[in-house]
Amino acid sequence: MSGAATKKAVLATQDPPWVKAVVLTTVLLFLGLVLLLPVAAVFAQALKQGLGPALEAIREPDALSSIRLTLMTAAIAVPFNLLFGVCAAWAVAKFDFPGKAFLITLIDLPFSVSPVVAGLIYVLVFGAQGWFGTWLTEHDIHIVFAVPGIILATIFVTFPFVARELIPLMQEQGVSEEEAALSMGASGLTTFWKVTAPNIRWGLLYGVLLCNARAMGEFGAVSVVSGRIRGLTNTMPLHVEILYNEYNYVGAFAVAALLCLLALVTLVLKTLLEMLQPDLRARH
Amino acid sequence: MTVIESAGPLQVERRGTVPRRPFLRRRSAIPGFAVTLGVTLAVLSLIVLIPLSAVAIKASGLGFTGFFREAFTERALHAYALSFGASLLAATVNGVFGVLTAWALVRYDFPGKAVVGALVDLPFALPTAVAGISLATLYAPNGLIGAALAQLHIKAAYNPTGVAIALTFIGLPFVVRTLEPVMRDLSAEVEEAAASLGASRWQTITRVVLPSLAPAWLTGVTLAFARAVGEYGSVIFIAGNRPFKSEIAPLLIVIQLEQFNYRGAAAIALTLLMVSFLMLLAINAVQAWTRRYQ
Amino acid sequence: MAITARDIHKSYGRYPALNGVSLEIRPGELLALLGPSGSGKTTLLRTIAGLEFPESGQVLFDGEDVTWAGAADRKVGFVFQQYALFKHMTVARNVAFGLDVRKRRDRPDKAAVAKRVQDLLELVELGDLAKRFPSQLSGGQRQRVALARALAVDPAVLLLDEPFGALDAAVRKSLRRELRRIHDATGVTTVFVTHDQEEALELADRVAILNQGRIEQVGDPVEVSERPASAFVAGFVGEGARFEGVVEAELFQSGPVTASAPGRKAGPAQAFVRPHQFALAQAGEPGFEVKVDRIVAHGPILRLEATAEGGRQLDAAFPRDLAAHLAGRERLRLQVKGAHVFSV
Repeated sequence: MSGAATKKAVLATQDPPWVKAVVLTTVLLFLGLVLLLPVAAVFAQALKQGLGPALEAIREPDALSSIRLTLMTAAIAVPFNLLFGVCAAWAVAKFDFPGKAFLITLIDLPFSVSPVVAGLIYVLVFGAQGWFGTWLTEHDIHIVFAVPGIILATIFVTFPFVARELIPLMQEQGVSEEEAALSMGASGLTTFWKVTAPNIRWGLLYGVLLCNARAMGEFGAVSVVSGRIRGLTNTMPLHVEILYNEYNYVGAFAVAALLCLLALVTLVLKTLLEMLQPDLRARH
Repeated sequence: MTVIESAGPLQVERRGTVPRRPFLRRRSAIPGFAVTLGVTLAVLSLIVLIPLSAVAIKASGLGFTGFFREAFTERALHAYALSFGASLLAATVNGVFGVLTAWALVRYDFPGKAVVGALVDLPFALPTAVAGISLATLYAPNGLIGAALAQLHIKAAYNPTGVAIALTFIGLPFVVRTLEPVMRDLSAEVEEAAASLGASRWQTITRVVLPSLAPAWLTGVTLAFARAVGEYGSVIFIAGNRPFKSEIAPLLIVIQLEQFNYRGAAAIALTLLMVSFLMLLAINAVQAWTRRYQ
Repeated sequence: MAITARDIHKSYGRYPALNGVSLEIRPGELLALLGPSGSGKTTLLRTIAGLEFPESGQVLFDGEDVTWAGAADRKVGFVFQQYALFKHMTVARNVAFGLDVRKRRDRPDKAAVAKRVQDLLELVELGDLAKRFPSQLSGGQRQRVALARALAVDPAVLLLDEPFGALDAAVRKSLRRELRRIHDATGVTTVFVTHDQEEALELADRVAILNQGRIEQVGDPVEVSERPASAFVAGFVGEGARFEGVVEAELFQSGPVTASAPGRKAGPAQAFVRPHQFALAQAGEPGFEVKVDRIVAHGPILRLEATAEGGRQLDAAFPRDLAAHLAGRERLRLQVKGAHVFSV
């Protein structure tokens, strides 16, 4: 074999090197400006006065209770939507019935609704002037402007996450394995645990991951429904807003930095899961 | 072979009536249909459908004229103009840079590509309030970027420009993620065919590759637009929130609520919902139109 | 246009696709590149087209070195196995594409383009389908559009990569005839790749047989089937039974099977015997015994499926009028009248 070619020609499917350079530079600059800078700014502002004040802001009682509320909300909303997602995906993927596509569209509805509207609807139903308003006041039950309302609103906005990942996944996997298990005498639940669950575990984890990120980070819906009572009905995002509006920037960004860390961890785990099961995609 | 004599006409035992085929014919013998579908429908109705209907019902209490009066006040019209206008601008910007980003991620190799690919979903994973205060701080007149822009006499915060900037952040993943799988599926042969017919690289891209991406691109831009219209948390910090000037429609809903004007809030919310519904229809139409070619 | 490939080397990583390939393609001929998968035939075709570039070697069009010219500059028409039609364009615009992308000064006016498109569509018998989209066409129709599209730019050479591979048998046969007809009508130099030897032998003026990145033989269909240049060609083209044995004094021997091997040197060898090269051994003549498995009549030919000693299966062909001799026989004695013998 004689030496390497003297002239490098460009393949029909490749862009010329100068084009590549221009596109890459533009893209990296744009993404750096739009994505990286805001994230960096969060940490920069949080640590403006050093690590000490930032940690103080997080340890402050109202901040701590906002963290607790956020965690509790997620701890309820995520499993709820997980169960729902599994039910919905089972019904859609393993059976044929009319109106299936319409049902899937309905499940997707919360995605296309503004978060503010998501909060509004529960105020309209459970608020003092809402449908159940009088009944609730009579029994001294508080839903809106209290924790239950926050949880409801969070469930609404994170409603489709698990279902949207599981439905296509389970549809692709079909019914043959479950049928085989059933024909060998396994009960429905056993079939689910031993046959279905292992097949869907990565999709499940993925959906739960996205669901959790949104549940902890939800702002608009919770803001409408919560009443913003410090120490009682503030989640972390709401607490960030309060601190920011009081010009307590270090405090606001410190709590924000925690949420930012959550987002980054979510991204890392998400990427790992996508590498493990390549057909997983965050379906927007 | 022996012959078996029969004793008389065959007696058929009847055990009740023949079972009728169930109305909703099952795909197979898999159990749990009633339970899972029942739970799904129940939860869906209680959590999503019924509460959503409250908006329509409340707004309908106004009657037609009342609805138009509340939903289309001058203040509301300015809010819609801002929300739709800024969303459209942001979606377009994302349309342009989204194509470039997807192109680079799918076709080029560069160091750090995996990180960049993962970061594209950041706006999706980051809480909106965090994005909101961060963008507000960056683009405020004394912020890192705001100060630089001030040199050029550009104000980027507390005005519609700030709104557009925040909405651009929000919509970024939609165009990129919708385009990526479609671009991956493009066959190299089609580009080779164009080249063999004499097309320059530019002609191949503009006449062959981009047109085949058009449906996915349109879907992505529409999704970005739809998301931006309803966005709240990332926008209210940088927006300025001055009525008639820099007030987005979702904020107007919150203000009506705070003033206990539930009907007004419902009217505006219903308007936004109808726009979202139209967007959904548009997206479905685009995807149906695509199938004509595939 | 005459095409010359000179000592082309190309590897994909450590896998050598082309190992020193040289080939002369005559102007106006219809040449088949035939070989098993992995033999390098598609790589060679794509190198000629400018869709791939060699590590060393040259490609010459009418003596001019085009080795590094891109596909767009080479004026070739390329037809892909999966058609590669532009799905978002109508048939007419697909065919017109090569003309539409020309520089303004070289571009014919709209009417001329439309006429050329119509003429080509009629040439491939798709005259009424100009306004359809590719998704509305069958596989065979799509391939014809691809062909018309490639011809629209008046290429100096037409290159086809397994053009009928994705089609079912009936469509394949009819398109084969179409290709020959179009080639004869246009006179353009045509090279096509196939792994189907029947297709190559039936269609081409000459066949180039490739194996493992090398050209084993180039010749017309009769030459390559009746005068194979190597054991590979003898085994790949046409049918035959293969025997392993030894050549001694220009005689091949494998157990009881013998065949004359003029000009072959002594040593281990392989022999390929075509069905018509077997004959019945008369009493007293040398021969070997076979057990009859089946006798099938194919028109004027009788096909004998038999098993020789040692389990070797073979097919022999005899004229129909020998039927009387063969009927009912469970064992026969055969001899080899001619064989292609190659040293190992």
